[in-house]
Amino acid sequence: MEQCPNHHPELMLGNKAVARGLYEAGVCFISSYPGTPSTEITEEAAKYDEIYCEWAPNEKVAMESAFGASLAGRRAFCAQKHVGLNVAADPLYTMSYTGVNAGFVIGVADDAGMHSSQNEQDSRHHAIAAKVPMIEPSDSAEALEFTRLAYDLSEQFDTPVLLKMCTRVAHSQSIVTCGERSVPDRPYVKDIGKYVMMPGNAKRRHPIVEARTKALTEYAETSPLNRVEMGGTDIGIITASTSYQYVKEVFGDSVSVLKLGMTNPLPEKLIRDFAAKVKKLYVVEELDPIIENHVRALGIPVTGKEMLPMVDEFSQNLIAAAFGREPGSTYSIAETVPARPPVMCAGCPHRGMFYTLRKNNCTVLGDIGCYTLGAVPPLGAIEMTLCMGASIGAVHGFNKVRGPESERKTVAVIGDSTFMHSGMTGLANVAYNQSNSTIIIVDNSITGMTGHQQNPTTGYNIKGDPAGKIDLEALCRAMGFERVRVVDPYNLEECDRVLKEELAAEAPSIIISRRPCALLKYVKHNPPLTVNPDKCIGCKSCMRIGCPAISMHGKKAHVDSTLCVGCNVCSQLCRAGAFESGKTDH
Amino acid sequence: METKNIMIVGVGGQGSLLASKLLGHLLLMQGYDVKVSEVHGMSQRGGSVVTYVRYGDKVYSPVIDRGEADYIVSFEILEAARWLPYLRKDGQIVTNLQQIDPMPVITGAAQYPADLAEKLKASGARVDAIDCLALAEQAGSAKAVNLVLLGRLSHYFDLPDQAWQEAIEAIVPARFLELNKRAFELGRNA
Repeated sequence: MEQCPNHHPELMLGNKAVARGLYEAGVCFISSYPGTPSTEITEEAAKYDEIYCEWAPNEKVAMESAFGASLAGRRAFCAQKHVGLNVAADPLYTMSYTGVNAGFVIGVADDAGMHSSQNEQDSRHHAIAAKVPMIEPSDSAEALEFTRLAYDLSEQFDTPVLLKMCTRVAHSQSIVTCGERSVPDRPYVKDIGKYVMMPGNAKRRHPIVEARTKALTEYAETSPLNRVEMGGTDIGIITASTSYQYVKEVFGDSVSVLKLGMTNPLPEKLIRDFAAKVKKLYVVEELDPIIENHVRALGIPVTGKEMLPMVDEFSQNLIAAAFGREPGSTYSIAETVPARPPVMCAGCPHRGMFYTLRKNNCTVLGDIGCYTLGAVPPLGAIEMTLCMGASIGAVHGFNKVRGPESERKTVAVIGDSTFMHSGMTGLANVAYNQSNSTIIIVDNSITGMTGHQQNPTTGYNIKGDPAGKIDLEALCRAMGFERVRVVDPYNLEECDRVLKEELAAEAPSIIISRRPCALLKYVKHNPPLTVNPDKCIGCKSCMRIGCPAISMHGKKAHVDSTLCVGCNVCSQLCRAGAFESGKTDH
Repeated sequence: METKNIMIVGVGGQGSLLASKLLGHLLLMQGYDVKVSEVHGMSQRGGSVVTYVRYGDKVYSPVIDRGEADYIVSFEILEAARWLPYLRKDGQIVTNLQQIDPMPVITGAAQYPADLAEKLKASGARVDAIDCLALAEQAGSAKAVNLVLLGRLSHYFDLPDQAWQEAIEAIVPARFLELNKRAFELGRNA
């Protein structure tokens, strides 16, 4: 599908602009694992028929697949969120040594402010440690332009290139103008010394990496990615990414700015020359003081993290305040506004399972996905969430040291996509080293939190076409689990009975809690329930499941008919039989 | 022109995406530089959500900060109260009167504040509060709240009706066009 065919300026999401850049750069292969805020790059790229796109089971597999495509001579790409790059760090650090054949760019999207993440790590550390160049656009137009340029850099310097996005660049729309696609093709040539990284070869490659960094530093001095915008010379600010936009918003042309579009390696002469032209030098960068430390190491006096935080994302007011400027006046009311945290949706299939776990007073070690919301009141069931797949590793260690008493009440809860991502190796550990752990796979038949991406258990590919489908039950049995049970989380009695049986069993066991996400278009809903006020005794039993569709109106429960999908979990808790099925013609 | 700021606030899942898309298109067609910023991911699961629309000769920051919003368009009145400190002096709030209980209210840990429309007005802010849900239903679907709100917002813009109509036609799928145009009219004339 051709997007913006007439090359008129249009508003485009940062991630979509990266996808357009990939198209124009002639990329032929993309393999990614979804993760906010990186997901739309691959989804948008998949709309171009000319690009092969796929969801891989995890970021490491995605990166290795894309490397294979680059090796074969076609431009390739993979995308992930910041923590996804940790999973793919292993191939990344050695690809730095092998270099590439056709251009290879790796998208990584940081999430300062943790809008949808478990930590706030700064991906620039990976670029430095892996010794690969990193470029950072600050709006959609740069996202497109820098993506194209990244491929030229990758081939010119024989290196993978990290393209770093952040939430505010990835999820903001600004104006871009599209260009044409051209597809370079490089032959594959067998080169054992370059591509087989065993010690002897790697020893010969490492000096090449160091020489490349030197060459890239030279390039950084004059690269169009880095630019000086001279204004007033009392203040000079070195900045990058979305911080550049905030700086310009606050100061306009009243200060001078060195805008770095390439944040690894950093230039030296360019910074020295800029510093010499201004009275006082500042670095404005989100998260860690990476540019700042570089400037200090050059022996140049600079102010940065003394006045700007290392936590959370920046904004124009934050920077203005740091420079002693007052924010604009506004209005307020003397009223406590209750928080509105995210919640499991009405009809969410995870709800019934978490209610059951809480009711049985289980210790629940959780994982990454929508179901992490099982930690939120009133369910409050999950007691640990760390990273993708950690629930299974952790339940094994927990049970090994706490013994049989723990094995009878401690469970791991992991989603279908997270299980395919990195749950299987944890499962192998439980099967091999034998803890009587109970692992619950909450299978909603989709990758939910990131916005409904297919995965290896759903039977469909990124384009929605039929694909291979992994049978979870057969997989678990093949890995040595004799006890594999499947329950419907809308059926509380069944969940309770099976959970009790598996916790009591003197063997490792799997419970697959299976029902598709209530937001999936193909899922048919029942009519909304209603509460018969004459029957409702106001006991609030139905309030324990934390359904956003149920609230108390006075002393009686009330169902919001615009939200209720008729899952009937609430009615199974009602001793008074007050919930009534809606009319089917509703 | 100095950059102008519109915040669209509401509850995850209420459909503010179409509203920001339509405004972005409308303002681009007027020849402005435009930035639209939204947040995806966990907060969309019934949490408080906000979209920023900024336009002018040259827009830098993609976000709107405290004391900067010229307009706050709110799908739910508690959210209008939450984001009130983002309104600049003499800014305008256009809000739906609809109330959606957040989880702390549902669990009894907090109270939904009473008489919010009056309290917002008493703060000195300019507040236009209407029952968008009723008007949307009158137009033919509860889902048309976004167009009712935009219709109301259009009241405060010095733009010809034609520009809004063209933006609606460009963004709204053809089969919902008539319904949404009705909703826009009802909001505009409310």
